[in-house]
Amino acid sequence: MKLLILLVIVLAIIAIAQLTKVYELSRSLRKNKEEEISAADNKLNANLMLVWMFLFFVGTVFLYVRYGDYLPVSASAHGVDVDQLMKVNIWMITIAFFVVNFFLFYFAWKYQFKKGRKAKFFAHDNRLEMLWTLVPGVVLAFIIVYGLITWNKITGPASADAIQIEVYSRQFDWTARYPGENKTFGSASYNLISTSNPLGLVTKEGIRAKMDELDAQIENVEHQLEENRMMPLLPESYVATLEDKVSRLKRHKQRIADLDENSVNGLSTWEAGNDDRLVKGEMHIPVNKEVELIFRSQDVIHSAYLPHFRAQMNCVPGVATRLKMTPTVTTAEMRKITGNDSFEYILLCNKVCGAAHFNMQMKVVVESEADYNAWVTKQKMFKAPEVKEAADTTLANEPKKDTVAVAMGSK
Amino acid sequence: MEATENTHAQDHGHHHHKESFISKYVFSMDHKMISKQFLVTAIVMGIVAVMLSIFFRLQLGWPGEKFQILNAFLGDKWAPDGILDRNAYLAMVTIHGTIMVFFVLTGGLSGTFANLLIPLQIGARDMASGFLNMLSYWFFAVSSLIMLASLFVEGGAASGGWTIYPPLSALPQAMPGSGMGMTLWLISMVLFVASSLLGGLNYVVTIINLRTKGMKMTRLPLTVWALFVTAILGILSFPVLVSAVVLLLMDRSMGTAFYLSDIFIQGEALDVTGGSPLLFQHLFWFLGHPEVYIVLLPALGISSEVISTNSRKPIFGYKAMIGSILAIGFLSFIVWGHHMYITGMNPFLGSVFVFTTLLIAIPSAVKAFNYITTLWQGNVRFTPAMLFSIGLVSTFVTGGLTGIILADSALDVNVHDTYFVVAHFHIVMGMSAIFGMFAGVYHWFPKMYGRMLNTKLGYAHFWVTLVCGFGVFFPMHFIGMAGAPRRYYSYSEFEFLDWVMDLNPYISTFAIIGGAAQILFLVNFFHSIFYGQKASQNPWQSNTLEWTTPVQHVHGNWPGALPEVHRWAYDYSNPEHEEDFVPQVVPMKPGEHAH
Repeated sequence: MKLLILLVIVLAIIAIAQLTKVYELSRSLRKNKEEEISAADNKLNANLMLVWMFLFFVGTVFLYVRYGDYLPVSASAHGVDVDQLMKVNIWMITIAFFVVNFFLFYFAWKYQFKKGRKAKFFAHDNRLEMLWTLVPGVVLAFIIVYGLITWNKITGPASADAIQIEVYSRQFDWTARYPGENKTFGSASYNLISTSNPLGLVTKEGIRAKMDELDAQIENVEHQLEENRMMPLLPESYVATLEDKVSRLKRHKQRIADLDENSVNGLSTWEAGNDDRLVKGEMHIPVNKEVELIFRSQDVIHSAYLPHFRAQMNCVPGVATRLKMTPTVTTAEMRKITGNDSFEYILLCNKVCGAAHFNMQMKVVVESEADYNAWVTKQKMFKAPEVKEAADTTLANEPKKDTVAVAMGSK
Repeated sequence: MEATENTHAQDHGHHHHKESFISKYVFSMDHKMISKQFLVTAIVMGIVAVMLSIFFRLQLGWPGEKFQILNAFLGDKWAPDGILDRNAYLAMVTIHGTIMVFFVLTGGLSGTFANLLIPLQIGARDMASGFLNMLSYWFFAVSSLIMLASLFVEGGAASGGWTIYPPLSALPQAMPGSGMGMTLWLISMVLFVASSLLGGLNYVVTIINLRTKGMKMTRLPLTVWALFVTAILGILSFPVLVSAVVLLLMDRSMGTAFYLSDIFIQGEALDVTGGSPLLFQHLFWFLGHPEVYIVLLPALGISSEVISTNSRKPIFGYKAMIGSILAIGFLSFIVWGHHMYITGMNPFLGSVFVFTTLLIAIPSAVKAFNYITTLWQGNVRFTPAMLFSIGLVSTFVTGGLTGIILADSALDVNVHDTYFVVAHFHIVMGMSAIFGMFAGVYHWFPKMYGRMLNTKLGYAHFWVTLVCGFGVFFPMHFIGMAGAPRRYYSYSEFEFLDWVMDLNPYISTFAIIGGAAQILFLVNFFHSIFYGQKASQNPWQSNTLEWTTPVQHVHGNWPGALPEVHRWAYDYSNPEHEEDFVPQVVPMKPGEHAH
């Protein structure tokens, strides 16, 4: 098979080369020069310009007709403005596209080479040049102003009573977090992430559990090192790796010890997390209520893309990013609109993040506020990991209690 | 005749030592030879990049289908059973982009034509520094080799997209491609930038200092103007890329945290805090956007020259063309933020970038209209170079218009990083620049090799490439607007995209035919170097200085004295002259008006 493909390619190349040779021999017999474009060639290419223009335009119209309704009606309030802006812009660029391409190919055809004709010596014309500086200028001024008005409308800060939901990303899934009854997110730290605490929520028990886990790991590694000291069997490079690991684990412990407790709405952010609800792979939002989505990332940059809501925001490790929107069409209504009974809103990752990037998605359900509330209360509360035995209640590094905001990023 | 010219060159006493093979073909300091070296290297890199694109287009067009050819080329690790591996897919996409943007359209395009045309069109014996020029090529060659080598290392080549955003690119544990492949990518890029800077400084110095008598800045051909501004853009922006790349190397191997903060990956909370991934994006795009024009301006310069020559008309609005090149060059430095509207950047800052970005449309529109007016009432001769230049104007306009949507932050939100973007930049930057490059090769091949390319093959090459190019990229706008993200290995996981994905097999078919059509060019190119028809001195009846040099290359370009320039480069069909072209060396007639 490989051989066959290679053979075909080689033969094709040889064939073209031979044909070229034949052509060139015949041409040299006729004493033609490559640079002298014959009348027939000029005519052929000029006509092809028109043929191409026709195909190009017909193809474009076909694509507009067949694929022009690229997404169903916007499912968010601001999306209606965005769609309107898009429509106006598309119209303008489509007109410009047809006009400019038409003149280009038409002129190429119309002014094809004629022997004996001399081209018009037309080096510049200030009025014309002024015209096509000013006209695009005016059109663009309109586009800029219209665009920025829309942009300002959709980007301002969310209102105080907007429903806040955290969207947490990592390779390669999404988790939604709801603040629970106290309407306050518990603070989170990547230092506390573990299987039982996937978002690293900060609670007293969580800190203790993670500290214990780290202590156990340190002890394990130090034990290995101790044994090796008595009977050096391990290769030196591995010893160095182990020593490095111990110091990293100790620094990790120190970072946890440095976590500050602060308070929001009179609540300790360490307590506030206890009733947070975490849902993996699915997010529900109420219809006709403003929602503020807060995005965080555990590892690399992801992007939360909600095409049906005309919304997108990057999720950047170390920074919380925000987006507001007001869903206006429930999932059930959208199923009717699209005539598709299995339609689901989707949040997809739109920043390349690794091998499974192409399947990093979360289902989004828009429903009435009552349904939404019922659904949220049904979700399990975040429970801090169980405290392993009563080991030692007074940790060596009792975390400081300060009220400096940290960890969640700034608003 | 040629013999006597050669003797002249030697009499002139410039470089009359006998040359060894090595100093003539390998470590050459002659700008014409260096230009050919750049071109051939770029062609080789281009072949690799096109093949990579066909590999991943097979997967996108027919996901999950088995292609033995993939297995044949990529082996069992990357294409087991003939199905492209997911990581390999990302590596192909990344290296395709990197090679095309940097090695073909920056190094290849500027390297070839700046080297060839600057000394010849301004009337200089060679570049200001032949030695730096040679270094520039060899840095480019080594960096190309390293980039190619990165395809063969454990874990595969860099896979985070050609923009290599950290933390993905900074953490070897994030994906296999962020290991050795990424390190080589970064090292290759440092060398590439060195090459680009050595070249760029040389170009600028040469243009400023070595113009021949009478060659005022306002008499320079537009190619030289475009290459001049391109070189300045490169000098100002590439160092920023180097700083971004070096900081990333340090983050990867020295434990710094310029771009990293609060990361938990593969079961471990990393030690590093306090960095910002967005810092990288700012640094990267501070190069990245001027880079678009580094790629585009030389192509526009070439097409200005080709369109004017083959319309037998002066380029319309010469001064406006220079003005718009300068305006585009300046604006390109203050628009980088439009790549970052949805990074959480302050919306007000976004507004500023919307404003500056959309301003670029004005000089771009001026250029497009000026090209079309140049055709108007011309006497258009369809050489292959002319066809590619007309194609360039079409792609420049068609792709440029969708830029208006992407520049508008409110609209960008919904098409950012989708196929709409892929369509936009492949048409406006990819197709335009490659068309410019082809136009340049067809036009100046006689100057480079002293032989003619086959015209008929050129026609076939152009028409198939044009149809396939638009066939590939135009439908992508619609896939993007329907919400399909780029850099996805497969779209089968999303029901809402199913209906537009029926376009993918067509796109892939066009890609394969278009890729295969380049064989026409390759055969024509390499065959004609050795067996092409012998070229005459000024085959296109052109005005610029390079056509006053002998067909057979001589060191110092002109045997005897340097030519003196008396007029601008665009006296085509001047009514005060009998011929329809008046070379720049022809003195003004008494009473003739200058333009």
